[in-house]
Amino acid sequence: MNLLVCGVGGQGVLLFSDILAQLALTAGLDVKKSEVHGMAQRGGSVTSHIRWGKKIHSPLIEEGTADIIVAFELLEAVRYLHFLAPAGWLIYDPLTIAPLPVQLGLVEQIAPQKLVKRIQNRIQKSLSVRAFDTACTLGNPRVQNTVMLGAVSRLLEFPDDLYCQTIKQLVKPQFVEANILAFRRGQELNPISR
Amino acid sequence: MNRALLTGDEAVARGAWEAGCRFAAAYPGTPSTEILESLATYPDVYCEWSVNEKVALEAAIGASLAGARSLAVMKHVGLNVAADPLFSAAYIGVRGGLVIVTADDPGMHSSQNEQDNRFYGLMAKIPVLCPADSQEAKDFIKAAYIISEQFDIPVLLRLTTRIAHSASVVGLEDRTETAPPNYEKQLQKTVLLPAFARLRHRELVLRLDRLQAFTEKTPLNRIEWGNPELGIVCDGVAYQYAREVFPDASFLKLGMVYPFPAELVRQFAGRVRQLAVIEEVDPFIELQVRALGLTVTGKDTLPRTGELTPAIIRAAFGQQSSEHKAEIDLPNRPPALCPGCPHLGLFYALQRQNIIIGGDIGCYTLGALSPHNALDTCIDMGASITFAHGVDKVLANQDPRSRIAVIGDSTFFHSGITGLLNVVYNQSNVITIIADNRTTGMTGHQDHPGTGRTLMGKETVAIDLEQFCRACGINEVVRVDPYLIKETRNTIRRLLNIKKPAVIISQRSCALISARPGAPKKVDAETCSGCRSCLALGCPALSFEKEKAFIISTACIGCGMCAEICPKGAIL
Repeated sequence: MNLLVCGVGGQGVLLFSDILAQLALTAGLDVKKSEVHGMAQRGGSVTSHIRWGKKIHSPLIEEGTADIIVAFELLEAVRYLHFLAPAGWLIYDPLTIAPLPVQLGLVEQIAPQKLVKRIQNRIQKSLSVRAFDTACTLGNPRVQNTVMLGAVSRLLEFPDDLYCQTIKQLVKPQFVEANILAFRRGQELNPISR
Repeated sequence: MNRALLTGDEAVARGAWEAGCRFAAAYPGTPSTEILESLATYPDVYCEWSVNEKVALEAAIGASLAGARSLAVMKHVGLNVAADPLFSAAYIGVRGGLVIVTADDPGMHSSQNEQDNRFYGLMAKIPVLCPADSQEAKDFIKAAYIISEQFDIPVLLRLTTRIAHSASVVGLEDRTETAPPNYEKQLQKTVLLPAFARLRHRELVLRLDRLQAFTEKTPLNRIEWGNPELGIVCDGVAYQYAREVFPDASFLKLGMVYPFPAELVRQFAGRVRQLAVIEEVDPFIELQVRALGLTVTGKDTLPRTGELTPAIIRAAFGQQSSEHKAEIDLPNRPPALCPGCPHLGLFYALQRQNIIIGGDIGCYTLGALSPHNALDTCIDMGASITFAHGVDKVLANQDPRSRIAVIGDSTFFHSGITGLLNVVYNQSNVITIIADNRTTGMTGHQDHPGTGRTLMGKETVAIDLEQFCRACGINEVVRVDPYLIKETRNTIRRLLNIKKPAVIISQRSCALISARPGAPKKVDAETCSGCRSCLALGCPALSFEKEKAFIISTACIGCGMCAEICPKGAIL
């Protein structure tokens, strides 16, 4: 399984990928996960590559071979579309966060409808999941990532209790309940099952 | 056996701990920072942030000569700083094993160059090990201690960003305790006077000969036979990519790239039809293969810059390259200073003044970019002050522009101090601005001599920058709060006119560690004239919508800098 996660610094991309990678390890698989961090990344583009299976060599997913792309933001979804395999799924939050050059008026923003069109023109299997909005209705924008995890879980082969167990393992105790609730809500947002 | 998902950095820490390491010193630098952060959580290892890499390595040499297994950790450019003791350490050798970790950054995710530190092994005459995943990172550091003690030599463990920051599965073992430290005087070994050093150099060459025999036999280098049509020699993460692209080929996977296992390579080359070297950045392995007189494919097809990927290897070897092209017209998301970052106020105060500004290494290097355009250089740690000094000495009589240096607090302690002393001693009119955000910001908030706390969480002396600069001989030392932009600018203007060395300490905590200074600001749309002058602050919380300024309330920390610069008073 090749799963690529992308979003904007601060959205919880890294915790999302930590949870999935740990889950695959607990399930007894070989796992590799790769991400890059360094210079001030608040508001920067963040990606994480996660691969699991019997034996994994490269920690990087090759272009055109991701089984699933999970995008926490619309522009980032389009930015990484070329990683998706022809039969792969894109799960994306239609949320838009303007990059700094756009905010400063140096570069023009592309209208969200146009970005969605590009997604639909280029790939067959995509699903828009309002994870951020849902997290806000749950009273905590920071659980956007576990809402997304719930939505993605419907496409993966792991049992439900493994998700909850891993959330308990990796999330601070005082936030576990909110994250499990968000996870459940995320599952309801995804009408696709494998 | 317990299995855990560890990054290469975490695995290095685990390996050092399991090997009974007792002393570890480092200066934080991406991608190596997490090694000491992780190691400091284990018991029975003394860990410190040294003030720079030279200090870290010299201290580790001390601990080793006192009989303890020791570790010195740095990013690739950090080893340049520590190169002086590195070459001597090879002559002296060790008592407790000494391992030096260098974390190279191909692709320059967060660095000023992408040098290949395997060459340090060749030049300093010390063994170099290159792990290809986290399990190897852990295993190799344990092997490195054994080699170090067996051959009386420091060992270089070379990671790359893709190894340091990617996580893979690691089997966990217990710590093996080592003999307690004890010091023994060994004059001819440890005092590198010319007469002794000549002997030690000869001795080093003998040790290298013994290591040559070792590298031919060690399981760190292994052959994986597949189809003999194509034989690939590789190391590090390049091995993983190559395995992915050529699942059927034969591989000679090098874990020890120096001394180079020449006989093993000859044997391997003799049994494959086509020989290729796949390695990142520089042709380190390839040069040594060519020196054996073998015909080989390498950098004639593979790129000499940037990280490799499976797709790049595929394309280089003429396999069908991917048609998967990225969309090119999307707006980029470049790294930016954080909302409420105190550097924003400092850079705003420096904008549009006719000055030459030496920059340095840290988050604040971003001040070179739009909208600030407030730095002229980024060279290496500490070079802001020395650059400005050199410029001042040759332009003193012909260019009226003032010479300024901007340097962070951690960088100042690392290697700005000596530059400042040089300014005072050799008398140039450089104004040094210490952008003091009370932490090492760029690498994720490590402590330093100004913070009053050590890596292991102990309270310690907090160096007072103002007193320190005065003690260096600077008479004009002024402290400003960069959140007070006008005052900061006035101070800078005043000092630009005094024509003698001065220091401005621009002091305000990093926006990510301080409590929010205020409630999020709002724009009064009635009063806002749409002049866009607030955007010159470069704050990511400030945006523009429908010809009016707009503040993203979830991003704004209420520092008030934008309110101060708004000419209409429209930000409240």
